[in-house]
Amino acid sequence: MAPTGLFPLAWLLIAVPLVSAAILLLAGKAANSWGHYLGTLAPIVSFVVALALFADLLGRPEAQHAVSVPLYTWIATGSWSIGVGLLIDPLSILFALLITGVGSLIHVYSIGYMAHDPGRRRFFAYLNFFIAAMLTLVLADNYAVLFVGWEGVGLASYLLISFWQHKPTAATAGKKAFVVNRVGDLGLTMAIFTMLAMFGSSSFEAVNAGASKMSPAWVTLLGMLLLVGACGKSAQVPLQSWLLDAMEGPTPVSALIHAATMVTAGVYLVIRSHAIYAQTSAAALAVAIVGTVTLLAGAWIGTSKDDIKKVLAGSTMSQIGYMMLAAGIGPIAYPFAIFHLLTHGFFKANMFLGAGSVMHGMNDDVNMRHYGGLAKVMKITYYTFLMGYLAIIGTPFFSGFYSKDSIIEAAWEKQPVLGALALIAAGITAFYMTRLMFMTFWSSKRWAEGVHPHESPAVMWVPLVLLAIPSVIAGMVMNAWIAGWLAPAVGGEVPANPSWLPHLSLIGVVTLVVVIAGVGVAYLIFGRTSIPESVPFTRNVFTIIGRHDLYGDAFNEAVFMKPGEALTRGVVAVDSGVVDGAVRGSGALALGLGGGLRKLQNGYVRSYGLTMIVGVIVVALALIIGRLV
Amino acid sequence: MNPNFYVVLAAILFAIGIVGFLVRKNALVVFMSVELMLNASNLLLVTFSRVHGTLDGQAASFFVMVVAAAEVVVGLSIIVMIYRARQSANVDNENLLRY
Repeated sequence: MAPTGLFPLAWLLIAVPLVSAAILLLAGKAANSWGHYLGTLAPIVSFVVALALFADLLGRPEAQHAVSVPLYTWIATGSWSIGVGLLIDPLSILFALLITGVGSLIHVYSIGYMAHDPGRRRFFAYLNFFIAAMLTLVLADNYAVLFVGWEGVGLASYLLISFWQHKPTAATAGKKAFVVNRVGDLGLTMAIFTMLAMFGSSSFEAVNAGASKMSPAWVTLLGMLLLVGACGKSAQVPLQSWLLDAMEGPTPVSALIHAATMVTAGVYLVIRSHAIYAQTSAAALAVAIVGTVTLLAGAWIGTSKDDIKKVLAGSTMSQIGYMMLAAGIGPIAYPFAIFHLLTHGFFKANMFLGAGSVMHGMNDDVNMRHYGGLAKVMKITYYTFLMGYLAIIGTPFFSGFYSKDSIIEAAWEKQPVLGALALIAAGITAFYMTRLMFMTFWSSKRWAEGVHPHESPAVMWVPLVLLAIPSVIAGMVMNAWIAGWLAPAVGGEVPANPSWLPHLSLIGVVTLVVVIAGVGVAYLIFGRTSIPESVPFTRNVFTIIGRHDLYGDAFNEAVFMKPGEALTRGVVAVDSGVVDGAVRGSGALALGLGGGLRKLQNGYVRSYGLTMIVGVIVVALALIIGRLV
Repeated sequence: MNPNFYVVLAAILFAIGIVGFLVRKNALVVFMSVELMLNASNLLLVTFSRVHGTLDGQAASFFVMVVAAAEVVVGLSIIVMIYRARQSANVDNENLLRY
């Protein structure tokens, strides 16, 4: 579909935040007074452009919903031609709206949150760079340009996690995130190389057209490689260890990157490659299994953490597991994955910003054991957080109810085991979120000396309200419409009777019962007795494992780091022992030889004469024997 | 006459020259040994000139005699200067050109 109307200007979506980031970084201290305003304006401009493009797409007939905007040719070698172009279709425009919309609200919030930070201008520059890179990722029309955006968001994530570079924990967390991401990138690069080798091009058109012609082994390999890439970016098991440490970064970073957008890039990748997964049921099942394992793992971790941001991070890991599960089920469930992605973007960003607001009021303390009773003191934060809480546990009519229940139903139909596990995790989700609410807002005060919690300034609570509204109504608004909208882009089927009323079924009722049970158990444990101020000793195996992040770090260290370290030490030993030894040895040899030979020159004429005579005899013998032979 | 006798005589003279060169301490005696070696080779050259019936050997021995004379001039003058400096003609004392 050729670009007409506004579409030739689609590159502005990416260019505006990128240029803004460049200006903010290059202008230096001179821009400190106005840098954050420019930084906030850029994603707002992108949001307006995205809205205009969305309105344009809505007005077109369905066949024209995918608009391709080629920009220029990047690499033109013998048989490969990699061009840079944008693909504005139903899937990418939804992502663009989420990124720029939620991103703009988070930028506004950051003006207040980072008001006392001397590096605020640099923060906004990195945030803008992130927005530009993420938009490149979702708007690209081929995997190579997607990979450019992929790496860009990885870089932005590293810069933002270790934003407070002087803190060793933050610097280490940034490195960890980058290294684990790199492992995922290996999968994605191998997949792109496979595509280039098989199809001569990595564009979505070529791959979608050629997927059915590949041999089953290659298609499965491609699907698995893409899954590895998605695991790295979306913090799915086994590459999940970086997400909890990433909470070292400022809270707006956690909200934007590690809740709403970057971690969903893996889900985007899987859904974009739907043509590949349609050909290989093995890889699709692997995706579903990875999603299921992760949704349980994330929920488990969330139950045992006292750091409010780490509970939300475990929750993010778990919800993305739901999205991956839906993506692995097949075309029926793709719209649900995206639906849940969007609603999750709203309520999780809402809750992270709310957590930031709580931290702001509690002198940047993250330990929930020092909170308590904040509902009366920080009313706006409390009510907006409450909206997010009700959405995530799946209260009927809230946004999470529609999206999560659809996934559980689809999982149950595909494979009852997966559905049962997703159901159990929904109960665990209700449990740990209610625990969070009790520890933070509902129980009695456990504040430290000199802490006076207060409501945050308007620049911080207005975005909270603006995010709480879609947490409540986005489900009702989008439920009827989203499956039909996404069908042409993801190859799904249009459902028969879309409506805004919740689809009532046996599974839906069972889910509700499990959720209420989760809330009830949390009330029994945390609501009736007072919450201890220090971490209580426990012999409960589940709690101990959860507190240690399911021993993910210990596993990585034992399996990868220690052997790697041993290998490095071995190589260094060989280098300094064998290689350096050989060099130094040859020098020592020359020295020794010289030292020995110079003793011949002792100054005595008669010994020189003897040497000469010995030489003459040797030559004579050689001549005589030569003659005889 | 059997040339073998002359060859053997030349060999004996050469061997005596070598041994004298290696064993004796007085610089003049060392020099005499060198002259002895040169004479031995002269004898050998002349003998084989007679054996082959040509004059090449004898011409070569002339060269050897001239070279020996020149060498004696230079060598003896050096020995005389060393003797004047040290009052001794012992070859073992001249050992300063060493490592």
